[in-house]
Amino acid sequence: MADAASKLDALPPDARTLLAPLVVTTWRFYLAAGVLGAITLWGVVAYFLQYRFGLGRTGLNQPAYWGIYIIDFVFFIGISHAGTLISAILRISKAEWRRAITRSAEFITVLVIGFGAIQPIVDLGRPDRVLFVFQHAQLRSPLLWDVISIGLYFTASTIYLYLPMLPDLAIIRDARIKAPRFYGFLAAGYRDTPDQRARLERVIGVLAIVVIPIAVSVHTVIGWIFALTLRPMWHSTIFGPYFVMGAIYSGIAALLIAMVVLRRVYRLEAFFKPVHFDYMGRLLLVFSLLWLYFTFAEYLTAFYGGEQAEMRTFWAKLAGPYAAPFWVMVACCFVIPLGLMARRATRTPAGTLVAGIAVVIGMWLERFNIVVPTSVNPRFELEPIAHYFPSWVELSIMAGTFSGFILLYMVATKFFPIISIWEMREGREVAVREVTERVEGYLPAAAGAD
Amino acid sequence: MPRWGMVIDLDRCTGCGACEVACKSENNVATVSPAQADMGRAMSWMKVMAVAQGEFPDATLRFVPRPCMHCDNPPCVKVCPVAATYLSPEGIVGQIYPRCIGCRYCANACPYTVKYFNWYAPTWPTAEREHLNPDVSVRPKGVIEKCTFCHHRLQKAREDARAEGRELRESDYQPACAEVCPASAIVFGDLDNVNHRVHALKEDPRATRLMEELGTEPKVYYLTPRA
Repeated sequence: MADAASKLDALPPDARTLLAPLVVTTWRFYLAAGVLGAITLWGVVAYFLQYRFGLGRTGLNQPAYWGIYIIDFVFFIGISHAGTLISAILRISKAEWRRAITRSAEFITVLVIGFGAIQPIVDLGRPDRVLFVFQHAQLRSPLLWDVISIGLYFTASTIYLYLPMLPDLAIIRDARIKAPRFYGFLAAGYRDTPDQRARLERVIGVLAIVVIPIAVSVHTVIGWIFALTLRPMWHSTIFGPYFVMGAIYSGIAALLIAMVVLRRVYRLEAFFKPVHFDYMGRLLLVFSLLWLYFTFAEYLTAFYGGEQAEMRTFWAKLAGPYAAPFWVMVACCFVIPLGLMARRATRTPAGTLVAGIAVVIGMWLERFNIVVPTSVNPRFELEPIAHYFPSWVELSIMAGTFSGFILLYMVATKFFPIISIWEMREGREVAVREVTERVEGYLPAAAGAD
Repeated sequence: MPRWGMVIDLDRCTGCGACEVACKSENNVATVSPAQADMGRAMSWMKVMAVAQGEFPDATLRFVPRPCMHCDNPPCVKVCPVAATYLSPEGIVGQIYPRCIGCRYCANACPYTVKYFNWYAPTWPTAEREHLNPDVSVRPKGVIEKCTFCHHRLQKAREDARAEGRELRESDYQPACAEVCPASAIVFGDLDNVNHRVHALKEDPRATRLMEELGTEPKVYYLTPRA
């Protein structure tokens, strides 16, 4: 350990700070990991009970066929839009302030997709038959489109996380601070020669473009799962884009929370600067307005048409049994983030943390408000209105999923630098000059230059 | 090719529930505990829905027996990711229990709420357990089940007719609910066959179908009450 620490001290300052978490682990980390691990295990136990006795262990019924698991599915896949999409868009638009935040965002994506993707499997009555979706694949089912797009997204975003990490893996390998064979394998012979670097950057450029349509397709298709049924307040053309917008919104919020926590525990103040929170806060502000626009459009369309079946669900949400989750959602997704992010004085780490937490809660509630009120209000008017309240099994699995994701993210920060070392260096060495030249290129030549 | 369908005369239905009982015992539909039923997990492929109309003392109770509508354009079949629910060439919407993965997407897609899920492994009172119908497979936990127009009876009827070297008659194939209805409110047959009663009944001015505007093309017709 002392050996690793001395090797760490020999590195340049950026690398020293960013690789420190790989070498030094505090008791607080172990404590947090232990608690999260215990909750995750509890969730696993709850699942085995459900697996053994059946979905009867949930609060689901007829016609409330879907509940917590489907809500969490939409929620987690939504969070996964944090990374790949945000990082790809920032990369393509050459937003230089991205350099410190892309890696932490991409890690959220890759690690959360799996937790999202298992939700529909947890929800299956026959999880033992899950492979039937390949064996007996029906291309006309939106559920299959989902399997395909999530599979593609997971693959693409894993590559998109891994490739830009290669130079950093090579740095770790060469510094020999930890598990040399492991990092030697992962670095895959990368030597950071100019030729290799040029090729890598070209591939990253192509990938950044490719992952965007894939990411958009993922949440569009999830929206379509609902929209392509004839159920009141699901059967809506706005659902595809509405889900994509909501996914990016919750992704930005989750990323902000992660940034604030990482900054605090790994002392990354020099990298996650006030300007990063300011810019991310502005993004959050834009999306809080977009959220209001989309939500208003959705509800106005349902209300103005005034179809009987739609109105039952509509009023159940606005002024009925689901008024509380609905108005808390409006507060969390609009009022709080707008109030905080519209002012420069609160676009600080603390302010964005509060807004981020509000948005994450609000977006979970939004999925609740989509899934549950429609489920319990069947279109057939003779069918009695149902009730749904999640059982302890469902809540345990949900707690287990949340803590499992946070645990995995924590562990990942112990094996991989959560801020890209080489991209910071490239920022200093290349980008500053490039940006100056670019800005000069926009302007007419200075007087007397010709 | 026949196109099996049903016409239910709501003027005749007395709400006795014989169709429900006949269906349950014919199709080995599991019995759930009262507590489970209160949670909304009772299964009844054929269900007599009651509608209260008017205020006391001028109140009336109307009954609407609801089986699967066996849509010609079934929303449940479209969404199934594994083709566990299908539309047969003769228009019967069936469910393949060993194929169903239990995602309940079909149940959500069905506007008539006629798809039932096995939340637990099926149970029956002892007497019923000893007299399950051997012609109908019992379902495991975790799959969807639904009204099949008793299509096992069609199989048997067709074999009998073939053995006797004759055409299938209307009376050869009747689902349990139609057979047992004491008021003859439920009429079943081939909608396209002029010799079957349903062919004429479906053209009755009183004939209507549930939520026709959705374009699901149900094959269960209702004759609305005259008064």
